[in-house]
Formats: sequence, C-alpha cells, structure tokens
Amino acid sequence: MNPSFLLAATLLLPLIGTLFIALTGSRANLREAVTLVTAGLLAVIVYSLLQDVLAGARPAATLVEVVPGLPLALEIEPLGMLFACIASGLWIVNSLYSIGYMRGNHEHKQTRFYMCFAIAIASAMGIAFAGNMFTLFIFYEVLTLSTYPLVAHKETAEARQGARIYLGLLIGTSIGFQMVAIIWTWLAAGTLDFAAGGILRGKVDPAVLPFLLALYMFGIGKAALMPFHRWLPSAMVAPTPVSALLHAVAVVKAGVFTVLKVVVYVFGVDLLAETGASQWLIGVASFTLIAASLVAMTKDNLKARLAYSTISQLSYIVLGAALATSYGVLGGALHIATHALGKITLFMCAGAIYVATHKTEISEMDGLGRRMPFTYGAFLVGALSIIGLPPLAGVWSKWYLAMGAVETGLWAVVAVYMISSLLNVAYLIPVVARGFFKPSAEPVPQSVGAAAAPAAGGLQEAPLLCVLPPCLTAAGCVVLFFYADAVVALLRPLVQ
Amino acid sequence: MSTLSAALPHLPILQVVVPLISAPICFLLQRAGLAWAFSTLVSWLAFATSVMLLRAVMADGTIHYEIGGWAAPWGIEYVIDAANAIVLVIVSGIGAAVSSYAPRSVLAEIPASQRGLYYTAYLLCLAGLLGVTITGDAFNVFVFLEITSLSSYVLVAAGAGLDRRALTAAYNYLVMGTVGATFFVIGVGLLYMVTGTLNIADLHERVPPLLDNRTVHVAFAFIVVGLGLKLALFPLHTWLPNAYTYAPSTGTAFLAATSTKVSVYVLLRFLFGVFAPTSGLMALTMDYVLLPLAVIGMMAATVAAIYQYNLKRLLAYSSVAQLGYMVLGFAYGSVDGLTAAVLHLFNHALMKGALFLALGCVMLRVGDVTMHGVRGLGRQMPWTMAAFVAGGLSLIGVPLTVGFISKWYLVGAALEDGRWWIAALILASSLLAVIYVWKVVEAAYLREPPAGRTVREAPLSMLVPTWILVLANIWFGVDAELTVSVARTAAMGLLGVAP
Amino acid sequence: MLELILAKYNYWIVIVLMMAGLYVVVARGNLVKKIIGLNVFQTSVFLLYISMGKVAGGTAPILTGKDEVFSNPIPHVLILTAIVVGIATTALGLALVVRIREAYSTIEEDEIDEAESLDMTADLAERRR
Repeated sequence: MNPSFLLAATLLLPLIGTLFIALTGSRANLREAVTLVTAGLLAVIVYSLLQDVLAGARPAATLVEVVPGLPLALEIEPLGMLFACIASGLWIVNSLYSIGYMRGNHEHKQTRFYMCFAIAIASAMGIAFAGNMFTLFIFYEVLTLSTYPLVAHKETAEARQGARIYLGLLIGTSIGFQMVAIIWTWLAAGTLDFAAGGILRGKVDPAVLPFLLALYMFGIGKAALMPFHRWLPSAMVAPTPVSALLHAVAVVKAGVFTVLKVVVYVFGVDLLAETGASQWLIGVASFTLIAASLVAMTKDNLKARLAYSTISQLSYIVLGAALATSYGVLGGALHIATHALGKITLFMCAGAIYVATHKTEISEMDGLGRRMPFTYGAFLVGALSIIGLPPLAGVWSKWYLAMGAVETGLWAVVAVYMISSLLNVAYLIPVVARGFFKPSAEPVPQSVGAAAAPAAGGLQEAPLLCVLPPCLTAAGCVVLFFYADAVVALLRPLVQ
Repeated sequence: MSTLSAALPHLPILQVVVPLISAPICFLLQRAGLAWAFSTLVSWLAFATSVMLLRAVMADGTIHYEIGGWAAPWGIEYVIDAANAIVLVIVSGIGAAVSSYAPRSVLAEIPASQRGLYYTAYLLCLAGLLGVTITGDAFNVFVFLEITSLSSYVLVAAGAGLDRRALTAAYNYLVMGTVGATFFVIGVGLLYMVTGTLNIADLHERVPPLLDNRTVHVAFAFIVVGLGLKLALFPLHTWLPNAYTYAPSTGTAFLAATSTKVSVYVLLRFLFGVFAPTSGLMALTMDYVLLPLAVIGMMAATVAAIYQYNLKRLLAYSSVAQLGYMVLGFAYGSVDGLTAAVLHLFNHALMKGALFLALGCVMLRVGDVTMHGVRGLGRQMPWTMAAFVAGGLSLIGVPLTVGFISKWYLVGAALEDGRWWIAALILASSLLAVIYVWKVVEAAYLREPPAGRTVREAPLSMLVPTWILVLANIWFGVDAELTVSVARTAAMGLLGVAP
Repeated sequence: MLELILAKYNYWIVIVLMMAGLYVVVARGNLVKKIIGLNVFQTSVFLLYISMGKVAGGTAPILTGKDEVFSNPIPHVLILTAIVVGIATTALGLALVVRIREAYSTIEEDEIDEAESLDMTADLAERRR
C-alpha cells in the first residue's frame, strides 16, 4: 500500500479504535478484543513501514496546513521509526497485561481507561512520525492531556493531587518554555522542519544558543530533567499498566525522543559540538542521573523506586545527547529501546505483585519470590538489563554511551555512567534478593482477596495475563542483546 | 433572483437596517415563540450578509457605501474593509448561534411577559453592534454605540427573574457605560472642532499632521478612556463581572462574545485609523499606559478568576484577562501585534461563546452554575461538559484549538519586538488559566454529583449551537489559514501598510 | 487673565457642569440622584457642541437667497440625536431604579449593598448545604 497512506493510518487507526472501544463499552470482552485488534493492526502497519525505512525510503504526508508555513506534517526518519516500533510493539503486550490487571483489580471506568490509552498511543505515533517541531509539539500536548484521565483514574484525593502535579508540570513546562523555544526557532530560522544537520546554523547568535537549548530541555518536561521531574513520581498513582507503558515507555520516551530530535534535527550535533552550547546540560543531566539514583535507594514503595530509576535512566539519554557526539546520540537512541524493554518488565512485575498480594512496599515483599517465581524471574532479568550486564540488551546502550563520553575525553562522564550502574545494582537487586532469600514475614495466607489466583503447588502467581507479558518482555531483553546490531543499522543514518 | 441581485450592492446598509427594522416588528409579534423564530431568521440573514461582505472585501478590497446617496463629507458613509468585515462576521455569527440556542434557555430564565421584549432588545443590540462596526462616521459610531449599550442594559436586567442582583448590575453598567459613551462623544466633538469633519477617513488625513495640537491630545485622552470603559479595559472593568454573572445565559453568551469585541475594534479603528501615532505623547501612551494596563489586567483578572466560585463570574474575569491580550496585541503597534489582536478578537469570541452556551445548558438542567453545581456533571451531562472542556482547553491555548493560534501569534509578535518579559507574562497567564479551567474539570469529572441529584443531558436545540461553536474552535485551530490571512490584511489595512 | 476667562466663558460653563455632574454620579448614594448627575454631565457635552457651532454674528442656516453668515448647523443636529440618546438613557435608568426599588425596597446604594451582601451570605450557606 501507499506509504503515505499507511503513515496517516498509524494515527487514524488508534483513533478509530477509540471510537469502537467507546461503542462497545458495555460489553467488556468485545471492547478488549477491539483494543487487541487495533494494537495488532497498528504493529503490522508499523512493521511494514519499517521495511520501507530500512530500504532507505522516507515516507511523508502532510495532513493540513494550520497557518501558512506551519503544516501538520508527518515524515519518517530512523529515530522516529524506532520509537514507533517500541510503542506499538509494547502496546500489544501491555494491552494483554491491562486486561489481566484491570479485571484482576476490578477497576472502575475501564472503557474510559482503554479509550484514553488508545488516544495516547495515537499521539505517541504522531510524536514519532512528526515531520516538524510544530507537529511534534501538538502531539506532545495531546499526549499530556490524554494521559491525564489515566493518572487521575482512581479519582481519590491522592489521585487528583497527583494528576494535578502531573498536568501542571507537563503543561507548565511545555507552554512556558518549549513553546517559546519553538516560536523563537521559527522566527529565527523561518522553518520548523526537521532537517539533517539542524536548521539553526548561522541563524542564532552562538552566545544565546545555550539559552535556547535550555528553553527546549526544560520545556520538554517529559524528559524529567531535575528540577522538573516531580510529575513522574506523582504519576505513579495511576494503575500499573499506565505506569508500565506510559510512564516507562510512551510518555517519558516521547520526552527523551524529543530531546534527541531537537539535538539532532533542530540544533545539529555538529553545531552543538562546535559551539559547546550543550556543555551545561552535561552537568545538569549528570546531576539528575546520580541524584535520582540516590533518591531511588531511599524509596520503599516499589513503584516510586522504579519511577526515580526511570528519571535517572532518562538522564542517560539526555546526557548522551548533550555529549554531542555520534556515539552519544546513537547510545541515547539505543537506550530508548533497551530501557523501554527493561523498565516495562519491572513495572509489569510490580503490578503483578500488587494484583496477587496487594502489596506496594518493598519491605513487605520478603519471601514473595519463592511464591511468584515467574514474576520475580522476569523482574531479575529486567533489572539486570537496566544495570547493563550481558547477555541482556542494556549492555549495548551503556556501551555506546560510555564510548561517546570517551570520545569527548570527558572522563568524569564515564565515571558518572559507571557510578550510576553501581547504584542501579544497589537499588534494584535488593528487591529480588529479599524476594528470594528473606524468610516470609507472614504465613502463607489462604486467600488474598478475590484477585489472587488459586494457589497451586505453593505458587501464588497473579492471573496468567498479568504474568505472561513481563515474561515476554524479559525474553525481549535477551533477544535484543543478540539483535542490537540490527537496531544500530537502522539508526546509523542518524549520525552520518 | 432579480431582487436578490438588485439587493447586492446595498448589502452594507441591509446589514444594519434589517435587524434595526426587525426590532419593532419583533415587538409587535408579542408571542415569544414567534418573536424567537423571527429574531433567529433575522440573525441568520445578517450572518449571511456579513459573510458575503467579507468575501467581497477579501476579493475586491474596501467597500464604500454612501447612505441615501449623500457624498461622504456631508452624508454618512459606511466603509467595510477586512478589519470590520471580520468583526461583522463575528457579531452576526455569534448572534445566529445564540439566537438558535435561545428558546429553551429563555423559557427557563425569563418571565413569560418579558420574552418577546427580550428578543426585541436582542435584535436592537445586534443592529447596534453591526452599526458601530460598519459605519465610517465618528458620530454615527456614538449613536450605534448607545443603541447597543441601551439594549444590553436591558439584556442584563432581564436576568432579574432569577436574581435581583441583575438589576443593580444593569444599573451600574448603565452609569459606567453612559459615562464612557459621553467621554467618547466629547473626544469626537473636540476632533470635529479641530478638523471640521466627522468622517473617519477624512479624520485620518487631517488628524495626524496635528498630533502636537493640545485639543487633539485631549480628544485622544477622552476617546481612549471612554472606549476603555466600554471594552472593560482594566481597571475600568468593574461593571463587567456583575453584568455577565447576573444576565440571562443567552444574554451573557451574546454580550461576552460580541459587545466588548466591538468596542475593541472601535478603539483599534480610532488609534490606527484616526490618530495613527508614530511618535510623541500618544505613542508614549501606547507604550506606557495601554501596554502596562493590558499586562496588569491580564495577570490580575486571571488571578481573580482562579478564586471565583460562580462559573459565569469566573469566565467574566477571564474575559477581562483576554481583553488584556487583545489590547496588548495592538499596543505593540506592529503588523504582527495587530494581526494577533484581530485574530484573538475572532478566536476569543468563539471560545467565550462556546463556554457561556455550555454554562447555559448547565443552568437549564441544574439551575446552578457554581463549582458545586457542576460536580459530577461529566457523567450526567457528558456532551455539555465536553463542550465546556473543549472551550476551556481553547482558553488555555492548547494546540489544535483557536486559543493556541492566538497565543502563537501573540507570543511571536512579542518576541519579534524583542519584548521578552511580555512573552513570559502571556505564557504565565495562560498557565494560570490552566488552574481555573482545571478546577472545573476536576469538579465535573473527578467528583461525585451531590446526593440525589439526577439531571438529563441538555436538549439538542441547545447542544447543537453549542457544539457548532466548539467545532468552530477546533476547525479554526487546525486550519487557521483563513483567519490568519484576514487578520493580517486587516492589520495592514489599519496600519496603512501596503501588502 | 480675566479676559481669557470671559472670552471662553462657554467652555468654563461646560467644565463646571461636567465636573458637577460627575461629582454627583460618584458621590451620591441615591440612585435617582446619580441619574440626574448623569444628565447634568451629558448636558455639558450638549453645550460644548452647540457653542462650538456658533459663528459670531451668524444667523440660523436658512436659505433666503441672500449671502449671509450662518452658524454651523451640523453640531446642532448631532446634539438633537444626542439628546434623544440622553433621554432614552435617563428613561431606562429610572425604569431600572423603579425595578430596584421593587426588589430591594430602597434606592440608597449603601442599603442595597447591604442587601446584596446578605444575598452573598445566602449563596454561601447554600454551598455548605
């Protein structure tokens, strides 16, 4: 089929899915089937587009010209392709998981949940394939708004408060900083189209480049650079599938993806390297990286710990971009993929533990590993991948990032990466260790609410649909280790 | 068909005369239903006329129409260029939407004996607004301004059936409005004294060489203050919140979306189409009086809106803030700034129209438009609240709505001028707008309705006009080419810059 | 100095009337008196226009066939319109005062304010309920 049509279809399909989810809202099975079919079809379309892109094609489509010179335009390039593959692929896995989790927990207003989810995916596709900064910004905002109901899902005072911080910080930074940066870019460069090598060369005084970059970097609140990171822990009040797909993959990755886009296609890596405009960012990102890891160690709530871990991992990518070298950018892009797989595994495991036992605090999870071996096994694989041990995918992105740091001769940055990996060990491994080796604090309960699956042979796993998906993504971490060169091959044009 | 083509050259006068003559006919109709049907028909006719005029202006340039064939300096001339053609479309378009929406709302809010009269007042108001906009004669502006004002005092007072405070609101509006209009007419008189003409085009030739004349200075001051009162420029806005809060829903929607906009247009016309200051005292006034007032108004009114409990009052304060944006746009005095101002004039009418109409639906079903009243309405009146949220997002300036286009141009114009701090304040005020819009969203969607309240969705006759405005909000937010090009033509016309 | 004042006596009258009118509007608490103040204020503007059109020694602008100096009729005509507007405003204002008196049983501003703050308290009570 016509690639331009397919490209538009990646946006339209989830929206059509949303409509059907709304229409079938009263019949749960049918509604979930719609979600799964939509997710499956989307993955097929993205996959067929991937073939085109690998063959060197760059499909493009213009949807509508909003004002003269500012069209809503889509265009595929390798980085966006990677992000789209991750988001659409994991949406299938996550949809399976959502079904298990939402039913297992008897959550309310599930139709709204699935609808908002589909809209969020549509906007993630829009971000991935945006052909200019204007389009990207629009979908960035749509993503924020469509995920708000998901964060506020529980409708308790706590959820309202968390959602308020979520919305306030994300909308605040994007309107307060990012929009200014975009308008500034538009006035200076006369265009917002992404172009290889950037569009700002010779258009903006090098002395103010760092300031413009700062407007972008802090304006992209979804990248969770300190001090604008508070929204991510706040978003953890959402049901776990939301935390898993959106706040470990789609939303936060949309943030760092935008960072990479801005660095590569708006500023241009060479321009940043020549002017040193991103030097300050190295410091800020390193600080966020270490500080967030340290905070993560103090958190007893599993999801909160994972959230701070995400903040820290996002800064790996921002740091990679700030280095302004080809290895740094490549490593950052690769880390989007590897961290996505690892972190979604961890979140889904956390959710599975919650469904099975209704426990959220790490200190209460002693000995659980022996009862939930699959969940804990998947957790271990995900954790090791994030730490960056072979044979797991995480090792490659850290490798490239460290190479980037070496390339610039900034040994301190190499040290930051290494220290942070050690900190990863310190806050992730104890979770698993307590699960497997500490004696259980309480006797095995006979029945832990209606959510618990029937215990068989001492096992007390969550429902199948909650356990299978993390195992799948954990397997993905292993597979990606062996096929990382394929991803690198896809990304190569980015730095040429 | 032949009568239609015969009428075509006379569209400018028909635009005003049709609603004006319809008003007494509407009064004679007596029966509320008939009066409504008639006023709606007239509104749509006016809308069609204004759209034809806009198309004609965009295609062939400025239209001059001499009333009764009396040539310009002696007779009254109607002049239509892009700037007022777009305002005519706003006024008549909102009029058409609001009057289509009206019957159920009026039935619920206004006593039976007054309904026919209410529609009569509405038609007079419409005629007045269109007249103010279309005329090219300074004194004629005053006459139509007063027709508008007198009928809008009546529209506000018509809310007395629900809350007696509508009467005092109308009274205060009357006092402030009359003072404003009288100031304006003093200014016009002084200009006449100096130049011997009332024709705006002639004034534009004769006033600029006299910009150092003391009398012209005084005229300028009177006109700016007088119109400032009419358009609720901070701190002359005190009449507005009460008037909008206690007027009937339809009256508020119509007035909020049109009447202040028309006053903004008149101010624009006088500032750029008569005085056209480039330097000296008046240019300083723009920089050191209008600009700071606009900025302070924008911030102060937004903060005030956050603390409101009554949603109509909340939106009223938000209107004061949004008027600040418009004044800001033209206080820059640049083509970009003026484009942004005209664009926001149009866009804001769409937003506020949609929001107040949605509140009218709430008023009809719940009878309470406070934070308490909208609790849990997200489920009980999904379409109404969805319309409100869409309008609210537009007010914040979220992409894909008209609000975003306005913000984009306002901030762009500020940056172009190198006014960083103003760009920052515009964005800060839109962020504060998030707070007050979101208070409503939380109440409607994340709270349970008060125990025992069951309400149905508003009737289609009200939802459809509301949603037409909501869709217009989105349509002109996604495809803003038309509005931007009209606004730019208008700005260049006002500044006398060749395209 | 005295000559200056006498030569432009019409403007002085206008200014005095204007200030007196505005003062009444601002300072009086009685709603009817405010309307009267508004009237005085408007009247001052009528005088401004009318005196402006007067040409010394001019007659009424009637075509007699002879070459005569006549006063400028346009301001006079304008003010006819303005007077109509003024009367309409006064009528509407007074009508509103009648309605206010029916609703509040008073036309004194301070008493109305008091009644309105009671209304406000009633709203608040409803909110708590």
